[in-house]
Amino acid sequence: MPLNLNPNFFEPGKRYFRDFSPGDDFYEMLIETHRDLTEAQSAQVNAKLILLLSNHIGDITVLREAMAIARAGA
Amino acid sequence: MLQTYQYPKFEYVKPAELADATTRRVPVVVVGAGPVGLAAAIECRLKDIPVLLLDDDDTVSVGSRGVCYAKRALEILDRIGCGDRVCGKGVSWNVGRTFFRDREVYSFNLVPEPDHKRPGMVNLQQYYLEEYEVTRARQAGVDLRWRNKVVSVSRHEDHVALKVETPDGFYTLEADWLIVADGARSPIRHMLGLDIEGRIFMDRFLIADVVMKADFPAERWFWFDPPFHPGQSVLLHKQADNVWRIDFQLGWQADPEEEKKPEKVIPRIKAMLGDDREFELEWVSVYTFQCRRMGRFRHGRVLFVGDAAHQVSPFGARGANSGYQDTDNLGWKLALVMAGQAPEALLDTYSDERAQAADENILNSTRSTDFITPKSPVSLAFRNAVLALAQDHPFARKLVNSGRLSVPAFLTGSVLNTPDADPFAGDMVPGAPMDDAPVIDNGADGWLLDKVGNAFHALYFAEDPAAVDQAIAAALGDLALGPVAVKPMVVSSRPGPVAGGIPVLVDSKGVAAKRYDARPGTVYLVRPDQHVAARWRGLDPAKVKAAVARATCNA
Ligand SMILES: Cc1cc2nc3c(=O)[nH]c(=O)nc-3n(C[C@H](O)[C@H](O)[C@H](O)COP(=O)(O)OP(=O)(O)OC[C@H]3O[C@@H](n4cnc5c(N)ncnc54)[C@H](O)[C@@H]3O)c2cc1C
Repeated sequence: MPLNLNPNFFEPGKRYFRDFSPGDDFYEMLIETHRDLTEAQSAQVNAKLILLLSNHIGDITVLREAMAIARAGA
Repeated sequence: MLQTYQYPKFEYVKPAELADATTRRVPVVVVGAGPVGLAAAIECRLKDIPVLLLDDDDTVSVGSRGVCYAKRALEILDRIGCGDRVCGKGVSWNVGRTFFRDREVYSFNLVPEPDHKRPGMVNLQQYYLEEYEVTRARQAGVDLRWRNKVVSVSRHEDHVALKVETPDGFYTLEADWLIVADGARSPIRHMLGLDIEGRIFMDRFLIADVVMKADFPAERWFWFDPPFHPGQSVLLHKQADNVWRIDFQLGWQADPEEEKKPEKVIPRIKAMLGDDREFELEWVSVYTFQCRRMGRFRHGRVLFVGDAAHQVSPFGARGANSGYQDTDNLGWKLALVMAGQAPEALLDTYSDERAQAADENILNSTRSTDFITPKSPVSLAFRNAVLALAQDHPFARKLVNSGRLSVPAFLTGSVLNTPDADPFAGDMVPGAPMDDAPVIDNGADGWLLDKVGNAFHALYFAEDPAAVDQAIAAALGDLALGPVAVKPMVVSSRPGPVAGGIPVLVDSKGVAAKRYDARPGTVYLVRPDQHVAARWRGLDPAKVKAAVARATCNA
């Protein structure tokens, strides 16, 4: 499966009436995860997050594509 | 500064109460003639309740305040008789452009959803809105008293006592019910010692209204971190009369008095427009915003509505928009309680339902504010990463949050709903704000939402009016005779008469049946505020009566 670049957030069992809600739920959770951390701590949290999610995705072709997009223009 | 608007001066009339010392008892007093108090007073008159509306001022909202009124507010304004003027004067816009630093990241086109009477949003200065509501309130028979300031309030078992200050002295009043619409600072909330809790955003915004001399597209432009205002955000929006609203985020350290000076504001706007387009300032102010609400909106016989009960940051335009939904929700409940047709507990559901909606509004506007003004370096990094990805990738565009369109809450958790027993698809669940649809009524094109509201309605869906037999027609007709009347209506694919003179709405395009996932025999019970209360796949009068009892706390 190629890298999915379309909106894809959802929570099983949760009913959404507005299309922006699942993405906004995710984004708030992401920012909350970093609340009150120092910059160094946040960098560590981000690194761990990437490792956890990468392992979950597993498919290295997908990860390669994501890494290329993330690095472009950096 | 230039003036495009002539502020009306409403006449103060010496109240009769000043002449004699007796204290008059009235059914309902509304305090505050802002957009929400005016709507509350009109709402009372639609229910034939005599109402006194007191305001400490004698004109409409001064300066830069509300701009955007969303579809649900427009539908409520239609129901109370102000929708056409607001939409006639207001400006519609569809195209929104989002900029990050020096480039446009993407644009969207909010093409109005087809087959709805009203668009997603119209823009109009708040003073016009209030002026139109004042005209309507007078026409509806509201006793409107300007320069009547409530200076003290006390709560009693069966009434609320008020002291009112006028240019000619003080008088006292007793009200069976008091609707408090005295705005964000709510003097009455303070007089009663009631709390409001939430957070203030440590940021300041410069709000400028400018008159453009030349044409400029009717679009919404939002800049994140633009070269002409680095590190901050800027919003540009069109209003009526060629007046444009510009919001500059200033940061917490900014000096409001300094920032308001024309010699400071004009260069900012010039840099933003980036050319020699001529403009003049109409109004400039500096605001801070908060998100907070009262724990409960009902305190015995005192009912809080609008900004007095809850406040949000303006990203997403949920202030007046949600205030209208308060009075929409409260009006019919108060009328039933006053008529002895429902217990006072029904008014607690006003508080429960609207507090849930306020939480949703606060959540959405807090999220927008946090995206627009990130509070930490990592939050800023994520925000900028989303914007950088948004140019090419749809998933990131969906995450860009420069204010979510104000939409009504789905009251799915309300105790007034009768849970579904039959399977249905789509969004019109119990507690949903009704979707509109084009219908033909007596040969004339119209809209479903203009046909319901102000009473409970039972919508019976049919393929053909001829299929509605005598027994069903009689059962539908009987619903009008219950302790709380339900007006029946047949929604049919084809025209034709129904026995007993039950009105028929022709669903000519099939849109109503589709939006409500209706089949022949489907019944929807809808509330006077155009929310779904219950639905079934067939008509069982006992179930409809039970659902009405439940929706009015009579169960
Ligand atoms: C910059 C800005 C932009 C905004 N943009 C939007 C938008 O786009 N869309 C939107 O929906 N909302 C917007 N809002 C919010 C909107 O302006 C408010 O939500 C709305 O005015 C609230 O209406 P209200 O009737 O509850 O209170 P108010 O409009 O504050 O009215 C309160 C009234 O009570 C009167 N009063 C107060 N005390 C007393 C007393 N003791 N006795 C008698 N009368 C009294 C006051 O004179 C006033 O007339 C914006 C606000 C700001 C500041």
